[in-house]
Order: sequence, then C-alpha cells, then structure tokens
Amino acid sequence: MTTLTNYRPATRLRVVAQTEAPAAIFTTEGLNVWYGDTHALKNIDLTIYENEVTAIIGPSGCGKSTYLKTLNRMVETDPAVRIDGTAKFKETDLLHATVERLRSEVGMVFQKPNPFPKSIYDNVAYGPKLHGIRKKAMLDDIVESSLKKAALWDEVKDRLSSSAFGLSGGQQQRLCIARSLAIEPSVLLMDEPTSALDPVSTNKVEELIGELKKDVSIVIVTHNMQQAARISDRTAFFLHGEVVEYGQTEAIFERPSSHLTDDYVNGRFG
Amino acid sequence: MLHTRQSPNSSRIRFRLLADRSAKIMFGAAALFGIVIMGILLVRITSEGLSWLSLDFLTGRFSTTPERAGIMGAVLGTFWLLAVVVPVTMLVGIGSAVYLELYSKNGKIRTFIQTNIGNLAGVPSIVFGILGLTVFVRALGFGSVVLAGGLTLSLLILPIVIVSAQEALRSVPHQLGDASYALGASKWQTIQSVILPVALPSILTGAILALSRAIGETAPLVVLGIPALLIPFPGGILDRFTVLPMQIYYWTLDAALVADYAHLAAAASIVLLISLFLLNGSAIYLRNKYTIKA
Ligand SMILES: Nc1ncnc2c1ncn2[C@@H]1O[C@H](COP(=O)(O)OP(=O)(O)O)[C@@H](O)[C@H]1O
Ligand SMILES: [Mg+2]
Repeated sequence: MTTLTNYRPATRLRVVAQTEAPAAIFTTEGLNVWYGDTHALKNIDLTIYENEVTAIIGPSGCGKSTYLKTLNRMVETDPAVRIDGTAKFKETDLLHATVERLRSEVGMVFQKPNPFPKSIYDNVAYGPKLHGIRKKAMLDDIVESSLKKAALWDEVKDRLSSSAFGLSGGQQQRLCIARSLAIEPSVLLMDEPTSALDPVSTNKVEELIGELKKDVSIVIVTHNMQQAARISDRTAFFLHGEVVEYGQTEAIFERPSSHLTDDYVNGRFG
Repeated sequence: MLHTRQSPNSSRIRFRLLADRSAKIMFGAAALFGIVIMGILLVRITSEGLSWLSLDFLTGRFSTTPERAGIMGAVLGTFWLLAVVVPVTMLVGIGSAVYLELYSKNGKIRTFIQTNIGNLAGVPSIVFGILGLTVFVRALGFGSVVLAGGLTLSLLILPIVIVSAQEALRSVPHQLGDASYALGASKWQTIQSVILPVALPSILTGAILALSRAIGETAPLVVLGIPALLIPFPGGILDRFTVLPMQIYYWTLDAALVADYAHLAAAASIVLLISLFLLNGSAIYLRNKYTIKA
C-alpha cells in the first residue's frame, strides 16, 4: 500500500468545509471486520451525520457492503464473521445492542428488490405487524403514508391486495423502500439500490432519496459516481477495506486530497 | 474438437451415428417398458375387478361371502391411520427440518443427525415393523391398534418427509429472510411469516408423496399383527383396524380357496390405485401451482 502516502485525515478536511457540524448518527472507531480469514474492513474511523445523504464509493470488493451491513449488524447473518472495534448508533453501542431493536431504527434497502411473495399491502404492513401493531385502521394509515413517502401510492392504490411480484423492478424497489419506512426508522441504509434498475426508475429513486432525507438519514453505497455526486452531501471513498478519504461530496469530487480518490472519481480505475 | 488434426474417419462417424440411433431406441424401449407394464396391470385389475366395484362394495362391511364383502372398514382404517400419521409427520418432520436447516450450526452433531436420517430412509420397511412391534405394541402396550400402526408408519416415512422439507426450506431465496431480518424480525418471526409460507407448498408436496407410500405399505403392518380381515369398523385411534393393502393381500392369498376373492382383490386394488393417483396428482398440482419465482 505504498500508494496511500497522499492520504490526509478526513477530519481536517471537514473542519475546513463545515462550520457547524450536525449531530452524529453513526460513529465507528477502529472498526475491523473479518469473514473467516478475509480482513474486509480495516480500522474504520468514520462519523456519519444525521439528516444527510452519505455516499460510500469504491471499487468492487473494497468493503462498502460490509461496512453498511455492520451498521445494522446484517453482516452477522454469516456465521464466519468477526467484528472488532467500536460502532455507535447515536449514543448506543450498536455492536452490543439488541439487533431487533437496532434494525427497527436502522432500515435497509437491498441491491436487488426483494419484496415478499405477499400482497403490496402485506409487504408494507409486515414491519409494523412485527412490532406489534394489530389495528386494521392503524395499519391502513401506515401503509398509505409509507407508500406515499416512497412515491408509489398513486401507482398502486387500486391494487393493494394484488401480489407485489406483479410490479415492475423499479416499483418493487420503491415498495421495498416503503416497507422499510413503515416502521419509521431514523436511518435508511441502501446498498446499490438502483444498480438493478433502468434509468427512469433510477431517476425516481434518486428523487425520492432527496425527499426522504428531510426525515431520515441515508447511507447509500453506489457504484455510480454521478449518482454519488448528484444526491449525497458527504462521500466516503473506500479502497481495500480502508477509508482513503471522507468529506463533503463537492470536495471529494472537485478537490480530492488523495490522488487515489482523484483517479477513482475520474474513472481512471475501478 | 475444433482443431482436428487427422481428416475425419468416415467409418468412425458411421459407428457414432449408429450408436446414437441405438441409444435412442434403447432408452425409448426402457420408457415404453414402464408404460406397457402399467397398461397390463390396469387392464388386468379392471377386467377382474371393475364389475365388482359398486357402492355396496365401497360402503360394506367385511364378509367371508364374496357377494356381501365390502371395504369400508379398511377405508376407515386408512382414515384413522392418517389421523395419526399426518399430524405426527408434519409436526416432527417440519420441526426437524427447520431445526436442521435454520437453527443448527454446521457442526459434527448436525452431520451425524443428517447421516442418520439418510440411513434411516434406506432401512427396509419390515424393520420398522419390528421396531413398532417392540416399542408401540409391546413395550408401551398399545396392542395392534391404529395408534401403534400410525406411529410405526410415521417413523417409516419421517426420513423422507424431513429430507424433502429440508430441500424445500433450502430453496427459499435468502433475500427474503434478509428482508425480514432487516426489518427487525426475530428468527422465529422470520421463519413463521416468511420462510415457512414460501416453503410450505414444496413441503406438502414431499409429505403427500411420503403419505402415499405409507398408505400402500403392508409389510410393517403384518409384523405389528394387524388383522387382514376385521368385521367391526374402527371408531378411533385406539381401535383395532385393517387397511386396504392388507385386505388385498389376504384376498389374493385365499383366492385359491374362494375363486371370487381374486375379483375382490382386484376391485380393492382399483380403489387403492385411484386414491394413490389422486394423492400424487394433488402433490404435482401443489408443486406447479405454488412454485414461487424470485
Ligand atoms: N460472506 C462473505 N464471505 C467471505 N468473504 C466475503 C463475504 N462477503 C464479502 N466478502 C469479502 O469481503 C470483501 C468486501 O466485500 P464487500 O463488502 O461485499 O465489498 P463491496 O460491497 O465493496 O463490493 C471482499 O474481499 C469480499 O470478497
Ligand atoms: Mg457490495
């Protein structure tokens, strides 16, 4: 890793660019993650801020998904995973929190739309039901407001009881977003949410992210540089399991301090 | 194959074409063999038994007089047997499969259990009869009643039910489980409301096929001392009973004494075969109707 000489701590950059820092939603310090012998994340120190869109970029295999899945502990679905270091969600130590509670605060949208083989209504109502909401009127309200927030209501309001599999890929992804929103999380983690979608659907999801950030903090992994530049407030560039650079998106794209970042955002490798 | 160095040898090509054609004929004949045997079987039992098949035959009690003999007792016997086998195999079968697929870690114990189940599936049914005789009929003192027969047949088909349920659970896309966990669902909530509903049609398909095997079994029941010929109808799982295959077996044996018994055996076989076809048909229907993509 001789190429990392240009790396300057991201914190200094932030002090320059940001006068009043918003509240932190995630803080990871010395975070390491292994899959068996694969050291996927190496000493990650990163602070993610509330009500912002934070983009995570970097070439395939650099640890973006692993980082995201550590924030809601979905990495642990692989029994070979080992985590070390500290990670906080707001003030709580998330690595030792009850996962069910953590995940009801930290929602996730996956790369490939993964609706349940149930009706549109039941997909959205699934989360609230899990967490104990039984009243039909209340569920109706939640389903409607979540679908509205996900900009899907007008397209599906007349067929709430038909199967979610009848929707297009883009609609399915927005349904998955609505499903996550239904339990009112304070964060939404999105792992390349548009990589399986056509440009029109991608556009809709991007617009949606812009709307949603008023209410939820969003951490989004993306392969698409333009997307990161368009929708995010802050960007972290990962390489080989390490954070090379982190700061205001504008700074990362226009005045990167590392030549590695410069090369990557300008498409010279990746 | 693209870079053949010698010029193609024409006799070899002819030989290969010949081999190809004879393979086709051989496999065709093999497939035809099954159909022909099935045809002979059907023609034989229908010609022997169809005219003996009547409402009286279906609803009548057993009798030694061929004209008055019916199979209702055996049909009820099968019904009560299923009343034991279905709940036992579904609960234990799905439970074990869920445990093995979703809870147990990939360790030595799991491999051990898995190997054991595989071995049990290969044990001849008569051995299960001996087990049932020792444990249920004698040690637990049930006697030769429905409960003993049902539990024995449950043990016999459980390995098949477990393995097929495991396959069904394994084929549920993991993305669905992930979606549920990511919403804060516990493991049991996820299994109950996502994984099991998705896997259920294939679990049922496997279970129905296994049940149709249980319904056709004779050997373990012979060992348990289940009578072939029984006049009273069974009214519950603690009653003595018989089933169609047993009755067919004895009618066939005694056809040497009373010639018409052969017709009764054939007529009862028609009923048994139709029930099995219906069961297998419903399994195929379930599989095709509810197979989930994604
Ligand atoms: N379940 C897993 N088991 C073993 N290694 C894994 C697993 N998931 C990811 N990895 C490895 O960890 C590293 C980071 O992977 P990932 O976080 O998926 O990268 P990205 O999302 O940036 O493409 C890669 O080297 C990858 O091969
Ligand atoms: Mg990834």
